[in-house]
Amino acid sequence: MFQIRFHGRGGQGVVTAAEMLSVAAFLEGKYAQAFPSFGSERMGAPVISYCRIDTKEIRLREPIGEPDAVIIQDPTLLNSVDVFAGIKEDRYLLFNSKQSYQELGIADFILNFIPERVGCVPATELALEHVGRPVPNAALLGGLAAITGIIQVDSVVRAVREKFSGPVAEANIVVVNEAFNMTKKLLNGGG
Amino acid sequence: MLKQIEGSQAVAETIGLCRPEVICAYPITPQTHIVEGLGALVRKGTITNCEYINVESEFAALSVAIGASAGGARSYTATASQGLLFMAEAVYNASGLGLPIVMTIGNRAIGAPINIWNDHSDSMSMRDSGWIQLYAETNQEAMDLHIQAFRIAEEVGCPVMVCMDGFILTHAYERVDLPRQEQVDAFLPPYEPMQVLDPSDPVSIGAMVGPEAFAEVRYLAHYKQMRALERIPEISAEFRDRFGRDSGGLVHTYKTEDADTIVVALGSVNGTIKDVVDEMRLDGKTIGSLSICSFRPFPLERLREVLSPAKQIIVIEKNLAVGMGGILSANIRMALRGLVQPVTTCIAGLGGRPITKKSLHEMFEKTMADEIEDTHFLDLDWEIIRRELDREKADRRSGPIAENILKDIGKRLEE
Repeated sequence: MFQIRFHGRGGQGVVTAAEMLSVAAFLEGKYAQAFPSFGSERMGAPVISYCRIDTKEIRLREPIGEPDAVIIQDPTLLNSVDVFAGIKEDRYLLFNSKQSYQELGIADFILNFIPERVGCVPATELALEHVGRPVPNAALLGGLAAITGIIQVDSVVRAVREKFSGPVAEANIVVVNEAFNMTKKLLNGGG
Repeated sequence: MLKQIEGSQAVAETIGLCRPEVICAYPITPQTHIVEGLGALVRKGTITNCEYINVESEFAALSVAIGASAGGARSYTATASQGLLFMAEAVYNASGLGLPIVMTIGNRAIGAPINIWNDHSDSMSMRDSGWIQLYAETNQEAMDLHIQAFRIAEEVGCPVMVCMDGFILTHAYERVDLPRQEQVDAFLPPYEPMQVLDPSDPVSIGAMVGPEAFAEVRYLAHYKQMRALERIPEISAEFRDRFGRDSGGLVHTYKTEDADTIVVALGSVNGTIKDVVDEMRLDGKTIGSLSICSFRPFPLERLREVLSPAKQIIVIEKNLAVGMGGILSANIRMALRGLVQPVTTCIAGLGGRPITKKSLHEMFEKTMADEIEDTHFLDLDWEIIRRELDREKADRRSGPIAENILKDIGKRLEE
């Protein structure tokens, strides 16, 4: 089983991100379970969502305490929420930021992680450019596909088509592919 | 058709396949997505021949459903928490009148303190209202139970609550198999009322009944549920034949045949419990679990049959009978009357507190080692409780408990 935890703020599509990821996994014939942190979701308030992916039925109903991947949709949360709770150093981290790890203040922290398993995508900027709204979730799923391989980028694209339609879907698909390619390039030392 | 959708949406689509004729909608978290989903299906014309009524309160929701059902329409509504309490009088009326309404409960705690998260306090408060109560373990089962609920309700002449854990199921995306309309039509015939208000053949429903006949009317309500006890497993078996999967029935057992310890629970926590059972089986522990689907009528004999060979019973329950302990465990003790097995109550998951594998595993181990009290509160924060009790001892005007505790937790986080 592969477990992903999303940290973001209300309005950033944190819950939708987990749901879309579960749909993408489902489209690959896997079992998936996505659920929100069950808070009263308000614009700007910290929000957590979860997604589990497995090849067999998922029965477990607890929140994800020991994630295989953590996706941080808003790096300002680094100062207020324990986003790294329960993550082991051989697991995956993905940040939404155009800043460097140095500027984010986590350069030392991520030294202990495996470099190919840590990614950073300017997801908000990509979304603003193509979708016209600061919703970083689709780009981060592209990034997740790039660093983990737990999901194919094509499946993320198909999931986006299930969740959205028309120009919004197409714009998000551009974002997914661009984020995927950027992250791959970064991991291959091109960034 | 296999789909990856939200539990509430899955239930809404399933209710649509049951061809409801009146849907009474009033929003309350965490049930709201269900009636919203149904509203969209009616507006799009996916559900036809259906009156979707936005009412002004939960009391109105069920009152309108009562009128509609008495008028011969297949009627549905949904609620949770305070919403269920607000319609309490109508809840008793619906069953007292024998009207086969189906209602989803998106299980949620009851205030004060106000809390929107999951536990079973709401449906438990109405356990003796005369409704049949079915609890779903997964979203698939929540869907399937609604199809069976209309069958049971209309055959027996008794309303049915389908209880699904708020957020944990209602808001979870998971794989479900949505049946085809022909399948549901073949399983669920059109509603044929046992009693109906018809201007061309007038009757009155809801007479005042004095001491001369009240007990007999109540006995017949009990008799109906005893009949349901026989029909629920039969309808579940018929469902399996037509749809190809096990859903509903009285109880589901998991590795109980040789189990010395059996864990009993209602609803979605059974999934987590099964994972713990598997972990402990790997360590050589003979443990199994039992999920109760039909809480009312309560399957006393079936439970006695499954539980009596075990040496020890653990009941995990998401409710608290304040001043007494566990509601489900008291019922389980009734099933085991005259036998000697200890029944340990474990109050867990109140107000949305996560029930983790780790905590359950520890609790089961301790119970098996006889190191746990009869009524145990899972993961209770004793330090916070002691602080509040000390404060109350020191100062008569120590302030409101909920606010005090939140302040203490805030302080601890800062430290």
